[in-house]
Amino acid sequence: MVEFSLPKNSKPKKGKHYPAPAGAKNVKRFDVYRYDPDKDATPRIDSYDVDMDTCGPMVLDGLLKIKDEVDQTLALRRSCREGICGSCSMNIDGGNTLACLKPIDECNGAVKVYPLPHMPVVKDLVPDLTHVYAQYASIEPWMKTETLPPSSGERLQSPEEREKLDGLWECILCFCCSTSCPSYWWNGDRYLGPAILLQAARWINDSRDEATGERLDNLEDPFRLYRCHTIMNCTQTCPKGLNPAKAIADIKMKLVERAG
Amino acid sequence: MTQAAKSSARPLSPHLQIYRLPLAAWLSITHRITGIGLTLGTLLLTWWVAAAAYGEESYDVFADFISSPFGLFILFGFSVALFFHLCNGLRHLLWDVGKNFSIAATKTSNTFVLAGTVILTAIAWLVAYF
Repeated sequence: MVEFSLPKNSKPKKGKHYPAPAGAKNVKRFDVYRYDPDKDATPRIDSYDVDMDTCGPMVLDGLLKIKDEVDQTLALRRSCREGICGSCSMNIDGGNTLACLKPIDECNGAVKVYPLPHMPVVKDLVPDLTHVYAQYASIEPWMKTETLPPSSGERLQSPEEREKLDGLWECILCFCCSTSCPSYWWNGDRYLGPAILLQAARWINDSRDEATGERLDNLEDPFRLYRCHTIMNCTQTCPKGLNPAKAIADIKMKLVERAG
Repeated sequence: MTQAAKSSARPLSPHLQIYRLPLAAWLSITHRITGIGLTLGTLLLTWWVAAAAYGEESYDVFADFISSPFGLFILFGFSVALFFHLCNGLRHLLWDVGKNFSIAATKTSNTFVLAGTVILTAIAWLVAYF
């Protein structure tokens, strides 16, 4: 359902301000979305003045500095700090990206940090991913075969067949794209969203997979696939430079080709 | 507490309130709005044709309305909506055959849609008045 405004319990209020340590010359403000389910009735925006002379270059560095030195209760997911694990996806400066790949310099004015948009918030910058993971499971993201494997033990691909997976296998399931998509905001209960559809395309395009027809059947649905209206937010926000909108268009074309 | 009940008590993270929508997203919502506008505008077209069929008197009523400042304003809005919807519709046709999906191509087609709307609207009104 389209609901432009936030529910009452979700509207952030102005929170605390934490000034920079005395003597800091190069200060950048971080406005961070905070919510503690055990203490807060509603979320709040806390402001932290961070001394940039003692801080690393990325937004994740700033957030971890805040967590280490100012407020240890700040909750966020992070792991690899180099854009390969997809944990630190969040909304920074109005766009979804990985905090570890986003230079603080690129943010004009204060660095505004929110959890991924239109998601239930567990705590602070940690959204509840239960539903997207269930949607991921629904496309059965593993190789399905009917025939016996060749006696050599491996199912081989030509370099051309393998090339068809480029731009798909690199997805790290950070869900920046799905949570940037207005269609997913309004219809996420039934629409699979760009991240899951790109994953579906990854298996549909795999020459070794033998369940292509079954996979297409599962997607041929007004909601699961066709809520994509080519708004293009997904492609423009993907921190890995992938193209979910194109992957979705390819699935739609495969369905048309199949119908003959 | 069940999982569903737990998550419904959770706050919803901000979306439209904080998301900086790219130009392509604004054009997408404009495509919908102009689509609705064109549907309503078709009533105007029906009135025009019906008035002509009913005879001179009823046609005069329509002509008076459409040449009034308010009528011209509506007509101008209709023409802008028509040409925007046409240009962006052509872009959608390209997308539907899997073309022009890169970020660079989207930026270029943004410009084409906006420039096309302005140019076609200008041509239509210049032809009408000169």
